[in-house]
Amino acid sequence: MQAISFDVAKLLAGGLVLTSFLMLYQVRLPAVLNVLALHSLILALAVAWQAHVQSEPALYITAAITLIFKAILIPEALRRIVEKLGIHREIENVTNLGITMLAGVGLVALSLEVMLPVTMHADLLTRTDVALALSVVLLGLLLMVTRRNAVSQVAAFLSLENGIDLAAAGAQGMPMVVELSIAFSVLVAILVIGIFLFRIRERFDSVDMQALDAFRGDRR
Amino acid sequence: MIALAGVLGVPALAAVLLAAIPSYRLSARLNGVASLIAFSAALSLFWSRPRGGPLIVVDDLNVVFIVLSTFVGFTTSLFSASYISHELQTGRLTPTYLRFYHAMFQVMMFGMNLALVSNNIGLLWVAIELATLSTVMMVGIYRTHEALEAAWKYFILGSVGIALALFGTILIYLAARPELGGGVDGMAWTALVGHAHGFDPALLNIAFVFLLIGYGTKVGLVPMHAWLPDAHAEGPTPISAVLSGLLLNVALYALLRFKMLLSACPGAIAPGPLMIVLGLMSLLFAGIMLYRRRDIKRLFAYSSIEHMGIIVFAFGMAGPLGNFAGLLQMVLHSLTKSAIFFAVGHVAQVKGTQRIADIGGISESHPLLGWSLVVGVAAITGLPPFGVFTSEFLIISSTFARAPLLAVGVVCGLLLALGALLLRLSSVAFGAVRGPVGPVEASYVPMFAHLALVLIAGVYLPAPMVAWFQHIAVLLG
Repeated sequence: MQAISFDVAKLLAGGLVLTSFLMLYQVRLPAVLNVLALHSLILALAVAWQAHVQSEPALYITAAITLIFKAILIPEALRRIVEKLGIHREIENVTNLGITMLAGVGLVALSLEVMLPVTMHADLLTRTDVALALSVVLLGLLLMVTRRNAVSQVAAFLSLENGIDLAAAGAQGMPMVVELSIAFSVLVAILVIGIFLFRIRERFDSVDMQALDAFRGDRR
Repeated sequence: MIALAGVLGVPALAAVLLAAIPSYRLSARLNGVASLIAFSAALSLFWSRPRGGPLIVVDDLNVVFIVLSTFVGFTTSLFSASYISHELQTGRLTPTYLRFYHAMFQVMMFGMNLALVSNNIGLLWVAIELATLSTVMMVGIYRTHEALEAAWKYFILGSVGIALALFGTILIYLAARPELGGGVDGMAWTALVGHAHGFDPALLNIAFVFLLIGYGTKVGLVPMHAWLPDAHAEGPTPISAVLSGLLLNVALYALLRFKMLLSACPGAIAPGPLMIVLGLMSLLFAGIMLYRRRDIKRLFAYSSIEHMGIIVFAFGMAGPLGNFAGLLQMVLHSLTKSAIFFAVGHVAQVKGTQRIADIGGISESHPLLGWSLVVGVAAITGLPPFGVFTSEFLIISSTFARAPLLAVGVVCGLLLALGALLLRLSSVAFGAVRGPVGPVEASYVPMFAHLALVLIAGVYLPAPMVAWFQHIAVLLG
């Protein structure tokens, strides 16, 4: 039983890392959002599995929030934004895909190298979850810096946040996981509303962050 | 408990009320009254301290910050009342936005007070997130190109910082679990610091790096500072005042708590060198960048980065003297910088611009306002007899005794900043009168109160206060 529960947890956490890579080389916005939905779905499964293994019913709530909010509602809202703004076109990456992928592999290696030795005293389940969670966080950061489009930056931030949720769920017996995930969901919701509210398209005629940079005060 | 209800409950209640009140005159007054009640409640913490629990702690360290934060919150609410009436006249803000603005102001005060009193490191994180979100809303309130860009940038960078800080928080919990077991105790700071000697040092180290980068983004340390100048320059000036005076301090306070945790664990790396490098980098970078500023609020925003650099440097040097100087500098920087922003807010309103080139001879056209600004800038650059001189002198002299080379860096940074600020000040305050010379309806009381306190601190520091700070400095390790 122990072996199976460990294997499944590892499979799901590994799946999350893999999906992060998948997101890394998507060049079209709708595809990025599809992968994001998949990413959140895998996270929901991983959290639910942790809830089952740790017999921690509160984690089921986190899994449910993840499923409804991040796997369905947020990607749908972002899809509508993309449609409304008419930005189905390709995303320009800052660096080319090959180098980005290589950097991603490096980051995963780095996080395993860093986290596995220091979590020696934690149990096996926590160890892999936290190490892989750090990979997802770092890949999310990489995504954020390689994307220049506001929508895909939000998607990247969501994937980063999924990594943190995975770590929180993997840390056994951590109090307030549900509260923290709710607080985080509020942050994300406001991010998405922010794109609407700030009417980035209308105001700047572009959701391209490079165009935004041009307005910086001192060069007025 | 009543004191805590005043510090936390009043802002929360006021936020709800203010969102419901349509009249801006009434809500500006209510904003002031609520802030005054919170301030008096904070003062009462000196005499009667509520017993802490797993969620709330009131100790010698955070009482100082709670009082400072509610005081600056109160004076800013007074300044804000006169500031916004002018913004309404010029049509930059509408009554609907003001309702939102006042409610958000109290939400921010609630978030910051909650962060300061929270014992649980998860709650601390949630509170800082709340304070960040409310300030993002206020930075974007003018809805101009620049304001929206500033708010978005602040939002994205702040969110990433906050996310990394949460990862660090989770790692701290993981480090504590073998020692404390699961449950709420595993995240209570008082329990953590008591058992830190048994934690896994390697895990604590990595956690601290995440926390330093995460909360360091909110402190505005170089190279994570990019949001700070924009957020200060494009939002309403009362918000610039509280951003610089309070929010940066709250994030730094969170860092100090975790630093204490690290110091309590003998095997962990010393957090000092990391903080020294980041602090010195911020100081020197901001010192150089000050020369290229064309916008007056941006100028003082960079000065905030510079001061945060000095403060982080001082806490990095640590020791009773370094911590003492850092604390003093934190308090005095809050008071001085918010006073400067009060003055700058009125100056920008009179002149109708924030461009330094279009502002001139303030001390001639508006003597009281102009001279307040001159006094404020003299204080912030560390000229005697103001309090900042005392704290900066302490930082430099204590550093010279222990690491002369580092002290040279600090002195260079301070001189750079001094030169830049005096250069800009000379054209803004003195020289030919440029820009409109219309009458100004300024609220001088908050400005004078802050500057008087800074002056008093420079001339005479009361013995009980010195003793208190020395006590905290020892606690900080």
